[in-house]
Amino acid sequence: MTDTISSRSKYSGGPGAGPRPAAALPARGFFARNPSVLWFVLILTLLVLAVTLLSPAFGSGAMSTSFVKTLGKTLCLCLAALAMDIVWGYTGILSLGHMAFFALGGYMIGQWLMYARTQEIVVQALSAEALPPTAGEVAQGVASQIFGVVGGSDMPLIWSFAHSLPLQLAMVVLVPGVLALVFGWLAFRSRVTGVYLSILTQAMTLALALYLFQNDSGLRGNNGLSGLQNLPGMAATSQDLISIWFFWAAAAALVMAYVLLSWVVSGKFGSVIRAIRDDEARVRFLGYPVEGYKLFVFAVTAVICGVAGALYYPQAGIINPAELAPIASIYLAVWVAIGGRGRLYGSVIGAALVSLLSSWFTSGRVPSLPLGFYTIDWVDWWKVLLGLTFVLVTLFAPKGIGGLFDRFQGRRSPDRKGAPLGPDQGSLQEKEAVE
Amino acid sequence: MKLTRRMLLAGGVASIAAPLLTRPVFAAEDTIKIGILHSLSGTMAISETTLKDTMLMLIEAQNAKGGVLGKKLEAVVVDPASNWPLFAEKARELLTVEKVAVMFGCWTSVSRKSVLPVLEELNGLLFYPVQYEGEESSKNVIYTGAAPNQQAIPATDYYLNELGIQKFALLGTDYVYPRTTNKILEAYLISKGIPKEDIFVNYTPFGQSDWAKIVSDVVALGADGKKVGVLSTINGDANIGFYKELAAAGIKADKLPVCAFSVGEEELSGLDTTNLVGHLAAWNYFESADTPANKDWIKEWHAFTKNDKRTTNDPMEAHYIGFNMWVNAVTQAGTVDVDPVLDALIGQKFPNLTGGTAELLPNHHLTKPVLIGEIKADGQFDIISQTDPVPGDAWTDYLPESAVLESDWKTLKCGMYNKETKTCVQLKSNY
Amino acid sequence: MRKFLLALAWIGVTFVAAGMAQAQGVARIAADHAAEIERPSRLTIGPVIDQLAGSGDPMAARLLEAWVNKALGMRKSDHALFLLAPDPAGYALTDLTGAAAGTAGTEDIVELKPNAGVRGLIASALVQFTLSDPDPAKRATALTSIAQDPRAESLAPLRAAIASEPDPALKAQKRRLERLLTLRFDPDPKVRVAAMQGFGADSGLDLRAALTPLVATTRIAVTASPQDRNILRELKVGRDLTPEAAYDLLVADGSAPARISHEDQKKALAAHIEGGMVAGIPLADLARNAARDRAYTALEAAGQVPAAATDDEVAAAVAAHRFYEVYAEPDPAITTAAEAALKRIGLKVGTLQVADLALDGLSLAAIYFLAAIGLAITFGVMGVINMAHGEFITMGAYTGYVVQQIVPGYTAALIVAFPLAFAVTFGAGVAMERLVIRHLMKRPLETLLATFGISIALQQIFKNIFGTQAMPLTSPDWLGGALTFNDVVSISYIRIAIIVLAALFLGFFLYMMKRTRLGLEVRAVTQNPAMAASMGINPDRINMLTFGLGSGIAGIAGVAIGLFAKVTSELGTDYIVQSFMTVVVGGVGNIWGALAGATMIGGLQKAIEWLNPSNTLAAQTYMILFIILFIQVRPRGIIALKGRAAGD
Repeated sequence: MTDTISSRSKYSGGPGAGPRPAAALPARGFFARNPSVLWFVLILTLLVLAVTLLSPAFGSGAMSTSFVKTLGKTLCLCLAALAMDIVWGYTGILSLGHMAFFALGGYMIGQWLMYARTQEIVVQALSAEALPPTAGEVAQGVASQIFGVVGGSDMPLIWSFAHSLPLQLAMVVLVPGVLALVFGWLAFRSRVTGVYLSILTQAMTLALALYLFQNDSGLRGNNGLSGLQNLPGMAATSQDLISIWFFWAAAAALVMAYVLLSWVVSGKFGSVIRAIRDDEARVRFLGYPVEGYKLFVFAVTAVICGVAGALYYPQAGIINPAELAPIASIYLAVWVAIGGRGRLYGSVIGAALVSLLSSWFTSGRVPSLPLGFYTIDWVDWWKVLLGLTFVLVTLFAPKGIGGLFDRFQGRRSPDRKGAPLGPDQGSLQEKEAVE
Repeated sequence: MKLTRRMLLAGGVASIAAPLLTRPVFAAEDTIKIGILHSLSGTMAISETTLKDTMLMLIEAQNAKGGVLGKKLEAVVVDPASNWPLFAEKARELLTVEKVAVMFGCWTSVSRKSVLPVLEELNGLLFYPVQYEGEESSKNVIYTGAAPNQQAIPATDYYLNELGIQKFALLGTDYVYPRTTNKILEAYLISKGIPKEDIFVNYTPFGQSDWAKIVSDVVALGADGKKVGVLSTINGDANIGFYKELAAAGIKADKLPVCAFSVGEEELSGLDTTNLVGHLAAWNYFESADTPANKDWIKEWHAFTKNDKRTTNDPMEAHYIGFNMWVNAVTQAGTVDVDPVLDALIGQKFPNLTGGTAELLPNHHLTKPVLIGEIKADGQFDIISQTDPVPGDAWTDYLPESAVLESDWKTLKCGMYNKETKTCVQLKSNY
Repeated sequence: MRKFLLALAWIGVTFVAAGMAQAQGVARIAADHAAEIERPSRLTIGPVIDQLAGSGDPMAARLLEAWVNKALGMRKSDHALFLLAPDPAGYALTDLTGAAAGTAGTEDIVELKPNAGVRGLIASALVQFTLSDPDPAKRATALTSIAQDPRAESLAPLRAAIASEPDPALKAQKRRLERLLTLRFDPDPKVRVAAMQGFGADSGLDLRAALTPLVATTRIAVTASPQDRNILRELKVGRDLTPEAAYDLLVADGSAPARISHEDQKKALAAHIEGGMVAGIPLADLARNAARDRAYTALEAAGQVPAAATDDEVAAAVAAHRFYEVYAEPDPAITTAAEAALKRIGLKVGTLQVADLALDGLSLAAIYFLAAIGLAITFGVMGVINMAHGEFITMGAYTGYVVQQIVPGYTAALIVAFPLAFAVTFGAGVAMERLVIRHLMKRPLETLLATFGISIALQQIFKNIFGTQAMPLTSPDWLGGALTFNDVVSISYIRIAIIVLAALFLGFFLYMMKRTRLGLEVRAVTQNPAMAASMGINPDRINMLTFGLGSGIAGIAGVAIGLFAKVTSELGTDYIVQSFMTVVVGGVGNIWGALAGATMIGGLQKAIEWLNPSNTLAAQTYMILFIILFIQVRPRGIIALKGRAAGD
């Protein structure tokens, strides 16, 4: 780090500064320095092609629609895991609340999906009456359709923008972003770090979940928003087609995020946030606005999670406050840890592997394991296996699955002397955000 | 480096292909598949696991009789884990991957609402066995549990007429069923001349355990000399804390009766009921019903579960009736395809375990007798009131917006038909 | 079919009755009304009960008593009524003349089960027989019955029964009841007012229940001043009630026509569509409310639709009336005295409610403290976050459950359960420390994750072993019931026990840390492990013991929580986040901090619940928000460590 930090002003540029080859090294292209990015794009393209060719909509139909949806949802989870890796693996903030942003993104898009679809139904129903409906009648009809289910009939204020897709899409980005900014500002300003911060983020997601659980919150309480898989104006379009659209969208978002984040972390900005992770106090003494960096990372990753959620929940079909339960965010951390934090592909592998295995093991299709005296039924024992695997990974393979790649490569620890580190490198030192 | 990337590639492909490759290959159709969609883990497992066992017992018994249409029945059990989105996912899997002929499942209304769009999209068939809030009639769901007019309204009548209650505390868990039921009850009570300020409504989260404050609030309602009664739509294991607090506070049923719509034999088995004697529950079935059919059913259940202490309850009876009606309808239709079976289902009759006959109405609800029971010291119920069979009403008459609606899947072919404008409001359901 | 059977039964019963002696006794009355007695309804059974009670037959009281105690049966074969007593053969029967009538099997007899409303009526009718009964229990029941269903006619017999009452407690109860009935039903207003004043600031629920109906009010609308009414106040439109509410009042008493609803207007307009127009306005224009109003007014002018009140008419009608809130009770002296009494009581009840709330808050704080104390130890002393702490609580609760299945007697089981739960969770904690935590001491964030893995695994293992059903953990009888100070302030014994337990642990912990060798070593290791090690203390051993201790206390907390709530595999999860909050808010590494944190969180939650009584979820949300903000002010908790021990 010695020669790269030559002057204060050079680095105050923050994320916009971009990668700058160090003088000592030969200048190479971004992709040449970060081969994993190309590999990632290639693999994902192949996957998209394969799924499209196997899907019921465009291909042989060997793959069921529900599996296309599962894969599409998995890609969204990978996107969230990517964000989690930036905030935890690279910046050292163990946030146990990022799934809250994910769910908020889902809620925001869900509002529009629900409103628009219901409006269609209401307009159609009212058109059968003798008099043309007034705008008030349509709005009242929509409200009583949406809230009749939970015993209400008035449209709460937070649905003010629900009629407009552009506004609601803006909310997908703004709501998680602003919440993260406010929360992050409060937390980082008072120098809450380490486990305290983890617990505080957990408290945040719990508070939000409890708030949304209330019917009075205006988002239908425990019931949540449902029927999100039916896109407005496309009642005739089959789910076979819709599922593949969302799969493409999720894949595109993941690729874009991966490339963008790889580029960001391989530059100066990446070096600074890794430095914050390894020794926050030292970075502060060197004159960097540590809080600003952390806040920026926290908010940007929250926005990424929000976008991932907005792509996820139309595929899941329903969102409810249980999605914000602290356990969901902890699982996110588990995926990243198993995949290997501090490297972007690690988090993607972890999220994909664990969430797909999880849905496979709980599907009841895995053969039971007879031990003679006791039969291990995986529906019952999968979580035990997951929990113990997790303990073992933390104990013996802190680098996760990503660590395996290092081993095959014969690379022990990253060479950080002066080189701008890419997304493949820079995994954790033994000492992280201690004290 | 090379090795690594190949590994990365292989790893990525393998992780994605694994679920595909291991998907079991189905043999020729020699069985009829029945999907069982009940949570076996999570908060609702307490109630739903029993229903899974009930279905397995019914299917086993039917197979012993030779199956249906000459084919054996095969149960496909999945675990939606009390996770509402997972219900939708599992339902889609059952319908598209397993290609089940019919599903039996769900407990909470949220889970049903989550499954509904999938059912209506793929034209599946679900038997829903639990008392619910009404305001719904889907082409693809058969509601074998009670609608509000088959449980909540008669219980309220009992409070008004028999116990002379003047002030009502509606306590519920915060979700769809209590919310809508309480809305209907509030409208009903106001129509019966109970002023709005004499109706106290409180919602608590799932699994609430600290009840001291709420119980003392309810006791304090009696301060104006009016007789107070509690109508409880508290769900699941939150009931245990609630009843323990009631017992500790020494609240006797004579002074402040509690009538529960979600507490049955199963829930009471986790409690010492000596202090709860006299509190009430309204259902369409009690284990203590004194009929030969019920005695045989209990004996069969004990034999199947190899446990003499396992209780039976109302949703189990609902599955019993629903399953038998389905079997009869399939036999009558000669196929398991959903549309002919639905046509054959309407008008099916099958004897209740409590005496009398259940009939499946064109609105996909059953006729059922309403029973009100008082809790006894042994965790069973004294049946103190039993009505003639009441036809289930999908759309309540006590809310103005739904009083004009009716459901008829036989002649009108519509679940939400406006009687005034004579139009079908919508073919699909609200969710 | 059922009616037909009943009719048959009716004929049968009448024949049987006719064959018997023509005594005008209860047997005859019961036979006449057999069908009503078999399926009684509170609304219709009253006259039958009165007839039975007034028959003068000595069997009347026995019959009514048997009926109310569900010991009256009907023989299936001939629908004859008998008093039932348990018998090896089924029931021993006594007929309604008091003669023994042999026995019958359970399958031949239908037990009559009158509902609670009918039982209340029977109990009221029994009062006259039992108010001076030699059995004190029966007298007490009679008093309860009067208290639940106060009637004017009970006043005289009650007054008569006071003097002869030998039991002082019952006598006091009778006196109080007599006063309560007097203030409601005595014909002399002066006596009633005196009775009210006699109570002072008594906070009893029964007194408030007697007084409140006296001050019940209604709202009326009149054109002139109401002279003959007992007026509370005049209502000013705009200040005390909205013009809409005022007009609704007029509509309700029929002195003004109702305003037309949106729906009705729409219906009326739809009924007058002529050639795509309504009253000359094209249909397409009627998508706006203003156009609809115009169309309706036009129709109204043409006399085609009924007149509906317009806004001007509404305003005029409201202006023409005066609105009053009047008492239902006509006598001003009574209402004034009742208001004064209620005001006195209200002040006292308010204070008592705060006291009750404080007790609730205290008990909640004790629960949080118990749940968090183990966490405070491991977190505070070792700087290790144990996410599996909740599962240790669950483990303790399940240990209690298992013990209760094996050891007979709830008290004995409890005595065994507490130390055993401690031992089991202590063992689990030590095992976890040795196998996992020790290797992660330098990586606290990873301890958090590893222990979380253990938490997932443990929770699922509990489910696999015990199932997902909630298991009963029953408290012994001496812990049942509640300590009742008065009708407002009470606390259940189980909660008191938890408070006591929390206090015991506080004491135990303080003693251990300040007065024992182990405590000294623990403090040394907390402050500086390296220095402690060089002084001959083995930090590994100390860490292990500390962790075991923290886990052990979690186990005991589990038994306590299971006793008052429920034992499920998710028991611990319900408390884990609150426990963390407690520790964080209170300040790490200090038992007083945990205590302060628990008190604050428990008290706060109750206070918020009190402000917003219909929503306990909101209370939890606001509490967490408050904590997040609180951390801003005191990032290290209420009681923060100073110096080196603070870590940085």
